[in-house]
Amino acid sequence: MHEHFIPFQANVNEPAERPAFRRFGAIWTPSIVILNQEGVERYRIEGFLPPREFHAQLAMALARIIAMRKRWADAEPHYARIVQEFADTAAAPEALYWRGVSAYQGRRDHTALVTMAIEMKQKYPASEWAIKAAVWG
Amino acid sequence: MSVLWLKDPDAALAAAKDAKKAVLLDFTAAPT
Repeated sequence: MHEHFIPFQANVNEPAERPAFRRFGAIWTPSIVILNQEGVERYRIEGFLPPREFHAQLAMALARIIAMRKRWADAEPHYARIVQEFADTAAAPEALYWRGVSAYQGRRDHTALVTMAIEMKQKYPASEWAIKAAVWG
Repeated sequence: MSVLWLKDPDAALAAAKDAKKAVLLDFTAAPT
């Protein structure tokens, strides 16, 4: 994790750290707020997650930072890795969706969206991302 | 995992910028 993130902790029971809750809009614990290098929020996790789900979400946050820079060719392998390595987590359908979007945006490959939609229907038919992907297949 | 306590958010943001890394803010409720 330290390879990509500098972690800071704020404790609601520590008066000196409460202003940080207000500044970053943290209304519940635990909340994880991910900011890019420029200090702009790019991802938020509210509520406890077991370690594997948490790791998957951190990987999603990193991919999101890259995608928000429209570095699609760099974002695609990040999402692909999540699809592969965290296939059993709640992050997987969303990662699959964004893998397809990254492929489309990076290579203007229209078939990437159709391929993704078919894979979504097969693997995660009950997810909200299957609803979003259904427009392509 | 070693973390820093967030008493100075601006210093945290500056440190991340210098390190060219993202910032992970963990808002928690821990006993004091």
